[in-house]
Amino acid sequence: MSDSAWVPIVTPAVPASASTPRHSAVVRVTHWITALCFLALLVSGVELIISHPRFYWGEEGNVNTSSLFDLPIPASRAAVKTGYAYVLPDQNGWSRYLHFQTAWIAVFTGLLYAGYGMVTRHVRKNLLPDRADLSWPALWREILDHLRFKRPGEEEAWSYNVLQRLTYLVVIFVLFPLMIWTGLAMSPSFTSAFPATVNVLGGHQSARTVHFFVTISLVLFVLVHIAMICLAGFRSRMRAMITGRAGAHQEHL
Amino acid sequence: MRSFSRRKLITTGLATTAGVSGLAAAAKIAERHGLIPPDCGGIYGPGETLTYASQRLLTRHSLAREFQRNQISRAPFANGKPPVDPTFKRFEAGGFADWRLAVDGLVARPGSFSLADLRSYPASRQITQLTCEEGWGFIAEWIGVPLHHVLKLAGILPHANYVVYFSAPDRWSDSVDMADALHPQTLLTYGMNGGDLPVPHGGPLRLRVPRQLGYKSLKWVNRLTVTDSLDKFWEGGSYSWYAGI
Repeated sequence: MSDSAWVPIVTPAVPASASTPRHSAVVRVTHWITALCFLALLVSGVELIISHPRFYWGEEGNVNTSSLFDLPIPASRAAVKTGYAYVLPDQNGWSRYLHFQTAWIAVFTGLLYAGYGMVTRHVRKNLLPDRADLSWPALWREILDHLRFKRPGEEEAWSYNVLQRLTYLVVIFVLFPLMIWTGLAMSPSFTSAFPATVNVLGGHQSARTVHFFVTISLVLFVLVHIAMICLAGFRSRMRAMITGRAGAHQEHL
Repeated sequence: MRSFSRRKLITTGLATTAGVSGLAAAAKIAERHGLIPPDCGGIYGPGETLTYASQRLLTRHSLAREFQRNQISRAPFANGKPPVDPTFKRFEAGGFADWRLAVDGLVARPGSFSLADLRSYPASRQITQLTCEEGWGFIAEWIGVPLHHVLKLAGILPHANYVVYFSAPDRWSDSVDMADALHPQTLLTYGMNGGDLPVPHGGPLRLRVPRQLGYKSLKWVNRLTVTDSLDKFWEGGSYSWYAGI
């Protein structure tokens, strides 16, 4: 989708010098490392699920017990009856290595981002919504604008709208920590040291099921995120996240 | 380039030197405290080392979660097929009366134990979950003799680092470090849920390592080797050596 027709020619609503990037270098670098990590974790996570595409609630669950739900996909283990006449090859060895190594990279990246966001007040300035934007009429107006696919005004080339802010806050400070928590809660070694981390979730299988649903939430977020970037102007938003330059700044350079 | 000043060059040089020597010192300390797993090389080495080192530090004195008797699974799942090996079948026909556990390697008194020997030692019981890396699991009561009891009878030599355990009909082996080998819950298991350990679950003898995933709990164990290095016993595999997660 071309965005050239509506790239604002006016001075941006947020005053900034020509050298101020739309996104700081730390935000850009951590964004792309996280994006790559998400891809690796998703691919390896799907491979791991294929070895047992059944989900349970509580402490235990196996092919001899009834499941909460089954995914309608073939499995990489003959013991799981899926209704498919074939068994997929076992990919869990490299998938597990990749999943946990990537998890470490993602955690370090997240810590760098969170530390930077607190110290530079990035979280407070750019992610916490203004009190005025949190009123129901203002929120409703923003939701309607989104539902009507109204294109963002030029001020949004320099700042996030309230729905964006709330979504990013939920992803960064709710879904990511929940993902790490439920992941660790599946480790028999980690839970030997911190049993409460799995007990409050209701058990090992509950942790696995929550881990799965957080994945689904993050996949939906990424799909909507990419769709919104296309709607807002794929090239200008990608340029801003890669080089730091926002579309409105072209004239000043 | 103006920004590439001498001062910058010196600071960068000093920082790099400090970083590299810091990493080297960290590696030395980690090595001394047994925080480096045997699969620390290769592209997944860094992640594997971080996982192993951090879990070893966090779980120094921790016990795997134990459950109530009413949480024992009514439907335990025995993965895989029981052995068809004729030698094993002969042992099975004889009620495993001739089954022996050999102990060799870095021990003062190499030898072997019959099942009756193992049963004569103080029994340990635990209700723990067998957690498979595939995602499923079941809770059972496991009855046996702690591995450390047998190792102490054989007399572990001071430079022992690992215990390798072998499964006869599987021609399979795996290994644990001394932290798990001497852990009170690591059990040479001969009983399950009040009865003998069924053959599909690893009977007559299975090594339970409840702080690691199920694939470390090898079935049909008949030999232990204490060693200082895994070079001759573990050539790496597609699965990570440490399975705490």
